[in-house]
Amino acid sequence: MFSIENILNSFHEWLSSMLNQNMVMLLEMTLIAFFAITLFATLGLVLVYLERKVSAFIQIRKGPNRVGPFGIFQTTADTLKLIVKESFMPNSVDKFLYQLAPFIVMITAMLLLAPLPFARGVQIWNINIGVFYVTAVSSLSVIGILMAGWASNNKYSLLGAMRSGAQIVSYELSAGMAILSIIVLTGSLNLQDIIASQENGWWIFKGHIPAIVAFVIYIIAVTAETNRAPFDLAEAESELTGGFHTEYAGMRFALFFLAEYINIFIVCAIGATLFFGGWMPFHIGNWEAFNHVMDFIPSSIWFFGKTFFLIILIMWFRWTFPRLRVDQLLNLEWKYLLPISMLNLLVMTLIAIKGWHF
Amino acid sequence: MSFLSNYIKEVYGAVSSLLIGMKRTGYYLTHNKEVITEEYPEFKAKMADRFRGEVVMTHDAQNEHACTGCSACELACPNGTIKILNKFDITPEGKKKKAIDSFVYHLELCTMCNLCIVACPTDAIKMSQNFEHSVYDRRLLTKQLNFPGSKLREGVE
Repeated sequence: MFSIENILNSFHEWLSSMLNQNMVMLLEMTLIAFFAITLFATLGLVLVYLERKVSAFIQIRKGPNRVGPFGIFQTTADTLKLIVKESFMPNSVDKFLYQLAPFIVMITAMLLLAPLPFARGVQIWNINIGVFYVTAVSSLSVIGILMAGWASNNKYSLLGAMRSGAQIVSYELSAGMAILSIIVLTGSLNLQDIIASQENGWWIFKGHIPAIVAFVIYIIAVTAETNRAPFDLAEAESELTGGFHTEYAGMRFALFFLAEYINIFIVCAIGATLFFGGWMPFHIGNWEAFNHVMDFIPSSIWFFGKTFFLIILIMWFRWTFPRLRVDQLLNLEWKYLLPISMLNLLVMTLIAIKGWHF
Repeated sequence: MSFLSNYIKEVYGAVSSLLIGMKRTGYYLTHNKEVITEEYPEFKAKMADRFRGEVVMTHDAQNEHACTGCSACELACPNGTIKILNKFDITPEGKKKKAIDSFVYHLELCTMCNLCIVACPTDAIKMSQNFEHSVYDRRLLTKQLNFPGSKLREGVE
């Protein structure tokens, strides 16, 4: 059957027949790097456009509608403007850290791409601790934000960065707990194994109410981790004039902006993989005919469909809820999300031990 | 135990109130026919009758206006927006008759206060609903309101 996996395999064989193994490795790595950068650029353009359209519809506006049909080239034009713009650097900044920070944030986002399964058999790096790798690396992005805030030599930037630090450190706990409750069910940290375990139904349906609670907590926690409204205290335009990226302009600013959207894509992809079965089509138990019909939809479409569903959900949050205060933010995490997710993990463990899940 | 029930009530209240908000915005997200934005250059809003865009002089089909050149509007104007330059026509009976040569209106000075329209005894000028005043050269903002070749309507005085 025609699939991305077959194309990749035959391409690999074709390369192996012509070159020696090291050259094949080198060439494939270069191609993957090229693919990753292209994916990032495309995702940035698509997600910014999507965000502007979603926000416009929610606020009963039209959104971008001038550049191209339905304004689809608006974000391309914006990017072109940002590239041409001078990347101005203020005099009193810490020059090295100031220039390094956007790249730290960006590279963190790029590293997270490695274990994501995009389709059946399409994965950059099949690592057996995939989920652990993702949770460990995703916490590095706060270093970039703190670096940007500190190096800018601006009190607003520093305040934004400090808030972001407090926020990410606290919300990582409940995000980790929510992820753990799925790990308890599957018994594996490998993302391919987690997807394979959802062959007869996605975990959000198989895991009863605790899975749904875990999903809600995960969505709330990753919204906070990606510094998006209602948890955008790190930026908080109305209080901090842009927070940690106040002093950034041009392409350096664009890198922060891009990294934010890439992070959203990645956390939504992880969420889709854990709770909605990643590239696994919608299967119900032993309904052979129904499952077979669902298999005709390509696995990459399933993956991107679920991911974009979650992305729109997070955008929906952003344009509905007002921003939290710092004390409310920390109250929500330490007094509500963390106790609930711990209890939830306990219930989930009981379900897993007793085998009550489907 | 009351602490626990309060806790659960708080969580329930918070989640349900958030869901009410999401229901409303979700309705707008999926019903994008309800957009209230008007696309400006293709679709121009009709301004209200009382909107004060700029001062214009009304002319009828015979290119005749009602301005006698009495300068009441010029005197009423608080910031010197209007300058009336008069001339003297010679009537067939050989008498001199006062008429306007040009009614000069400085749009860049005008605050749209409507005092000139109130002061006009013959209702020769009025406020128009035009709101697109941008030009590339500020000299274009100094306008002559009486049309070239226009004259005073019979029976106004």
